[in-house]
Amino acid sequence: MPDLVTPISLRRTSLNATHRSHKAKMVDFGGWDMPVQYSGLIDEHMAVRERVGLFDVSHMGDIQLRGPRSLEAVQRLLMNDASKLQIGQAHYSAMLYENGTFVDDVVLHKLGENDYLIVINAGTREKDVQWVRKVLAGMSGVHVTDVSDYYTQLAIQGPKAQATLQKLTGVDLAPIKNYWFTWGQVCGCHNVLIARTGYTGEDGFEIYVPADEPTSSRVWGEVLAAGAEFGILPCGLGARNTLRLESAMALYGHEISDTINVFEANLGRYCKLDKGTDFVGRAALQAIQDAGGPVRKLVGLEMIERGIGRDGYPVLSLDGERIGEVTSGSPGPFIKKNIALAYVPVAYTALDTEVAVEVRGQPVKAKVVPTPFYKRPKMAVPPITAPLS
Amino acid sequence: MAYPEKYRYTKEHEWLQVDGETGTVGITDYAQSSLGDIVFVELPKVGQEIEAGSTFGSVESVKAVSDLYAPVTGTVTAVNESLNATPETINTAANDTWLIKLTLTNPDEVNGLLSAADYDKFVSEETGH
Repeated sequence: MPDLVTPISLRRTSLNATHRSHKAKMVDFGGWDMPVQYSGLIDEHMAVRERVGLFDVSHMGDIQLRGPRSLEAVQRLLMNDASKLQIGQAHYSAMLYENGTFVDDVVLHKLGENDYLIVINAGTREKDVQWVRKVLAGMSGVHVTDVSDYYTQLAIQGPKAQATLQKLTGVDLAPIKNYWFTWGQVCGCHNVLIARTGYTGEDGFEIYVPADEPTSSRVWGEVLAAGAEFGILPCGLGARNTLRLESAMALYGHEISDTINVFEANLGRYCKLDKGTDFVGRAALQAIQDAGGPVRKLVGLEMIERGIGRDGYPVLSLDGERIGEVTSGSPGPFIKKNIALAYVPVAYTALDTEVAVEVRGQPVKAKVVPTPFYKRPKMAVPPITAPLS
Repeated sequence: MAYPEKYRYTKEHEWLQVDGETGTVGITDYAQSSLGDIVFVELPKVGQEIEAGSTFGSVESVKAVSDLYAPVTGTVTAVNESLNATPETINTAANDTWLIKLTLTNPDEVNGLLSAADYDKFVSEETGH
């Protein structure tokens, strides 16, 4: 039975009572009392891969930057090139320390000219907000607002996400491209940000509705009702983690942290050293690149022998020498393989290289495989119908 | 959750069924529910001697690893090999899915284990409801 009362020290989203009343299993996630699973992790994972799932991701934070110098501020703060964004477009980026390691990874949305929204991780909210204020201290012409508590953020993910959400909005969702967004009425709420983004490797949307409890629980219920015909399931953070792992997406505190730099994490394609604006971390990364790149890198591993490599387990060479560490490891419920992301020396990063993961004292063989472990099938293009003669 | 009266229980959430000198070990319904979807079971070999309170294997769900603790001292006489292929049967029928059978070295040890009622009370206290 779920506890009916949240320990006072944990923070709650506006949907906390909804989760508890629907018998979700709750856990402490980065100081937040969040559902780890509803009906079962594997069922929820499969629902997202094959149908549609609904997640409460309101614990994510949001920082808005506005003012005539907001683009300059964003360019200084984040590693990707925000000058390339159009209004209504978003991209993956990161805030870095001077040494090129991560403060956090983020999704940057260009809401308008001189108006940006940075979506940040839950566990790093306060640190991130303080960091933004510190980096931009003394800069006039940009106004920083922590708008994290203004929104209930829901992720509707899976091949039937569009069909589900379309029943609840007059906005035509079909033309919204991946990593683009718009605004519109959803479940009777006006000006809801509707973004074609997510953290599952599937097609899907994230919507930002007013954070008050009655609205949040009503919208949650209406999405579940709309998705019922497609077999929607409410999903917890357990499935969110296995979905992102199959898709090899980084998680702060695991694949990225303040001891891991951008090139090690294979995120160089989101880092624009030559964007024309100096950003925090740029000089260190340029030096690393000039010196020939990182000495260790993130790779995907698939267990060959029986056993599951998990977060923090050592990675060994076949000679038994410790060469690295698993950052995230789990069974992949859809791909039905035991997979892991791990840091290893560059000499061990070639595909099919065999290594071992030390599973409770025993070396268990694994090999380097391409990432992502799972890639969603391309959406079928509707056939061009010949006009009826 | 149901905890059969005919079993004895450990505070580490194993059940033990005793039939003469033979013991059969599984994990409780509470244990499987706490773990979630079970995907992997590691068990000892037949003939291995295990000591009460020591770990004799592990059960893994998608999210977590949990050690298995021997309720009593004994020699393993059988392991449930079918769990290699279908570990999820523990989720669907924890009370009826055995992990190992063993010959008890000291049958008196059984008296130190919890009854179904005591185990139920222990779980309620541990989870705070």
